[in-house]
Amino acid sequence: MLSDARGPRSGDNGPRHWRNVVVLWTIASLIMVPIVVWVIGPGLPPGNGTVEASGQVTDNTVLLAIATPVALAVLVYLAYAVWAFRERTPEVFVDGPAIQGNSSVQFWWLVATTVIVLFLAGYGSVRMLADGAGGGQGPSPIATPAASEGKPVIVQVIAQQWQFTYRWPQYGGVETSAIDLPTNSLVKFEVTSLDVIHSFWAYELGVKADANPGIDNIAYVTTKGPLAFHVRCAELCGVWHGYMFNQGRVVPKAQFTSWITSQRQADAATTKVLDPFSKTYYPQPLRRGG
Amino acid sequence: MTAIAVSVPAHRRTGWQKLIGFNMLTGILLGIGGWFLGQLIGDHITGQNIAYYSTEAGQNDIAILLGYFLGVVGFLVGMGFANYPVKRLLGYPPALAERESEAGGLFRYFTLSTDHKVVAKQYMAGIGVFFFVAGLNAMLIRTELLQPNVHVFGANQYLTLVGMHGSMMLGTMTSGLLGPFATFLVPLMIGSRRMAFSRLSSFAFWLLMAGEIILLTTVFFGGFQTGWTGYQPLASQGTAGYDAYIGFFALVGLSMTLFGFNLVVTITTMRAPGMTWSRLPIFVWSAYATAWLMMLAAPMLIAALLMAAMDRTIQTSFFSPGNGGSGYLFQNLFWVFGHPEVYILALPGMGIVLEIMVVFSRKPLWGYRLAVAGMLGIAFLSWFVWQHHLFVSGIDADLRPFYMLSTELISLPTGFIFLCAMGTLWRGRIRLTVPMLFCLGWMFNFLWGGISGVFNSDVPSDVTTHGSYFVMAHFHYTIMGGLIFGFFAAIYYWVPKMYGVKLNERLGKIHFWTLIIAFNSTFAPLFALGFMGMPRRVVTYNPAWQGLNDWVTVSAYVIGLSMLVFLFNVIWSLAFKREPAGANPWNSKSTEWQLPTPVPVHDFEEIPTFSADPYPYGVEPAPVAASMRTAVREEV
Amino acid sequence: MLNQLSEKGRMKGSAKRGVITATAVLAAIAAIAVYIGVYLVQAPASAVATQGPSGVQLHLATVAAAETTDPHPTWVSYYSTDANDQNWRHATTYVLPAHTLVHVTVYEFDSQTGLRNPFLSQPQGATSGSYQVDGKSLTSTDPSVASHIFAVPQIGLSIPLPGISSSAKNPCSNAPCPLSTAHVTITFTFRTPGKGLYRWQCFVPCGAGFIDGNGGPMQTVGYMDGFLHVV
Repeated sequence: MLSDARGPRSGDNGPRHWRNVVVLWTIASLIMVPIVVWVIGPGLPPGNGTVEASGQVTDNTVLLAIATPVALAVLVYLAYAVWAFRERTPEVFVDGPAIQGNSSVQFWWLVATTVIVLFLAGYGSVRMLADGAGGGQGPSPIATPAASEGKPVIVQVIAQQWQFTYRWPQYGGVETSAIDLPTNSLVKFEVTSLDVIHSFWAYELGVKADANPGIDNIAYVTTKGPLAFHVRCAELCGVWHGYMFNQGRVVPKAQFTSWITSQRQADAATTKVLDPFSKTYYPQPLRRGG
Repeated sequence: MTAIAVSVPAHRRTGWQKLIGFNMLTGILLGIGGWFLGQLIGDHITGQNIAYYSTEAGQNDIAILLGYFLGVVGFLVGMGFANYPVKRLLGYPPALAERESEAGGLFRYFTLSTDHKVVAKQYMAGIGVFFFVAGLNAMLIRTELLQPNVHVFGANQYLTLVGMHGSMMLGTMTSGLLGPFATFLVPLMIGSRRMAFSRLSSFAFWLLMAGEIILLTTVFFGGFQTGWTGYQPLASQGTAGYDAYIGFFALVGLSMTLFGFNLVVTITTMRAPGMTWSRLPIFVWSAYATAWLMMLAAPMLIAALLMAAMDRTIQTSFFSPGNGGSGYLFQNLFWVFGHPEVYILALPGMGIVLEIMVVFSRKPLWGYRLAVAGMLGIAFLSWFVWQHHLFVSGIDADLRPFYMLSTELISLPTGFIFLCAMGTLWRGRIRLTVPMLFCLGWMFNFLWGGISGVFNSDVPSDVTTHGSYFVMAHFHYTIMGGLIFGFFAAIYYWVPKMYGVKLNERLGKIHFWTLIIAFNSTFAPLFALGFMGMPRRVVTYNPAWQGLNDWVTVSAYVIGLSMLVFLFNVIWSLAFKREPAGANPWNSKSTEWQLPTPVPVHDFEEIPTFSADPYPYGVEPAPVAASMRTAVREEV
Repeated sequence: MLNQLSEKGRMKGSAKRGVITATAVLAAIAAIAVYIGVYLVQAPASAVATQGPSGVQLHLATVAAAETTDPHPTWVSYYSTDANDQNWRHATTYVLPAHTLVHVTVYEFDSQTGLRNPFLSQPQGATSGSYQVDGKSLTSTDPSVASHIFAVPQIGLSIPLPGISSSAKNPCSNAPCPLSTAHVTITFTFRTPGKGLYRWQCFVPCGAGFIDGNGGPMQTVGYMDGFLHVV
């Protein structure tokens, strides 16, 4: 019985199985990694609309390029193992060899996964600390743009149930329900909320920042050429969460200037009754209706 | 040892007389009484000041929460949980067992039973019901998403469905693997006759059931529109439907804590002679790691919910930003619980997969110590990653690199589990039985869950994927692809031992293949939808995405059909066909399969001794099996 | 040990047990499904705009509290009514023809609350010059007098509805409200978009008793939220 269990099929040919798996994996990786990097990569979100968005595309490509051989290793191995080691005589119960483990395989597995993980964490940290990657960084950002990039255009994003409005402190504190941004400019979003938690997600800009009541959540983005972008709420905020969206545009600087000027004229009366510009606007609990 | 074996005399009552006494019917009646008592007291407390105390004019949250509390107390008293402590206070001698005999028949499943095998089957049925109800909710969610605008249900109803699906799945399936399987198997595997605290076992189960009923009452109050996360301050705006969410998760949390505590004590102290730590079956190790998480994480949730309840009733302001509170406090507390929670869901699945792969590769577990290190490593690291849920929340960003690192580090111990599973297959004699298929399916699905997790853990990528369908697809790959596949593997593998009946193999294979194909066809496109910019929990979406959404919905219906195949298989095999499984249909060498089927009320005639590794495959003669056979007869 | 003779009887007994268990589990699932289903199919009523002498007419009313028989008799709510303030219906889905000018009249019976975001005190999206409060044309309102807003963000429509003053005599408590009670009449005209379903909502934190005034009726379709069903 026992000699059957270590029969010629599985017993002596261990190294050949190893070689087969490695060869298959190498071939699969050599095919798939270039496809991932050069075919799938450029199509990854959120597109190349802004510097930050391009950065995210690069990050996603790098992650996918590293993940591909790892996933392939498991998949190729699984498929090979299930095929090569399947029981060919299911009517008799025969045991496999009593292998308890293999310390060198375990060691090199640990080394390989540690290297990958540390690289990923280091790479992600460096990328994030470079420009904030378009994410909301809270009131005191750790990744701020270099002074050489000049003064940013400040847009205060005011989220409320269920609409985003935008306030422009550099343009007389005017508030608008639409959003246009100038091309090739550094933009500083200051995201806040009047009631519950929302999340300002400007998909094509590569910006996402939660809107919290009483918190000034800052995100930077550097625009490139003209672009149309979608704004959606990415944090469940109540019954119309799914309807909390609008569209914005990145337009040439002259067009932006004329747009904001016309907004200031049109909203002059309303601007007078707005609360003074402030980093946050606390909800007033005493203002209850009825 | 003999003291344990005292069995309670069989009930002599017949017919309707059985209904009198401490059982579920009495529990329900007293529970209803408790509810009205709570209402009465609540109304008395608020008196004329109801507008001040309640979140909604006309609805008294104090009365509702007191009603839930006293209702649960009444239910548990009616079930008989107060009898033992009261008797002890009155000076009666201690008794270890309640209703530990086969004489109760079907009826004993509706009572407090200290037989761990009865509790396990109670879990199986109870969890089964709510698993299917929550699954039905998912079908309805997908039905609504057939069109890009509201068309079947209202926006409120849709969000309630989303919240109920999430809460019920999470709350139920937290105990979904350990409830039935650890309660049944851990004592058998470690050579004990019982859980350390038998009444606590039953208590944790009935608490969970009471919680589920409370969650269902949310519908009566108009539902809750916060999703399963219940973020503040949105939740504070909720109507009384949110009180049901609080009641439900608080009871789930309490049930988890007690269950975890029970498991930790059982595994630490109740192991038979010779069952050293290095001889524990790997499933017991996974239960042990999970139990620690359950015991320590769930109190965080209870605390957060207690604060939410106080905000809603006695007007504290823990989470009200305008009044000195903070929504971040809730997010932090919730995820300090919530991230260990997802490993509470995943770890038992890992244990089950390794346990079953061993049997159907007919080899010892490859790298036993590495697998144990992996499980304990995951359990340990899971405490240090929670802020990756808050990467774009606006919370101070200084610690972001740390959370990125800790989150990615957790893939090391997860990698150990994969390596051990792969090593176990190496040169094995793989039998593609239904449980084995589900284990391989687990590996396939969990792989994608892990890979996609890397995107969520990386801040620049997370800026796009956070709060989108990508995240939704990711955690369905880990939870449904991981936990649920482990769940079915365990069902097909252990039901023959638990119920003495084999499940139909052919139907099982149909179930597996339809499930894994439909599962991937449902959730893989959701990665794409998330990448395209579809946020979670929306009732409406960009019409350009309708094709993909419809594809997903149809695939989800196929998942539903595949579940019906399973349900049919269970009913057909257990109720009609009843093909006896025999003691060891899989020819397994694990301890539990060496016992007769059905397992006797007191499990072992004598406490066995163990003298070898748990997986004696490929060695002759098989030492554990041999020792088990003799040990059962041996004097201890 | 169980003797062999009773084995067959045991199996029969457990088969019966299995049938009972399966039936009970299925019945429990079915009962819960029906229970949830009843909640799910609830939908607020809809009202069809009427073809009046001067075009398509929609008459709405907002009240401080729904009817005393309503499930939520303390909630603020929109109603549909008609030119004579008759036929009050608790409807929040309004059926309108596409690409048509719609003349809306709102009878505002509720008191003033004030806007959280004063930006919304400016009427937007109505055809030029059509926004009138008690017969007076306005281009902006005082943010603190707003009682409700009728806003359809998807088409850029946002109409502030000033409320009755707190000292007004004879305020209406519960719907339906006769025109003899204190009210403000707001009229405006807007052009409907193409066919589809467009949500509307109120932006004034008018959910009395709820934190920040934004819960309850503000979060529930059928009170301060609804749809324009453009056909």
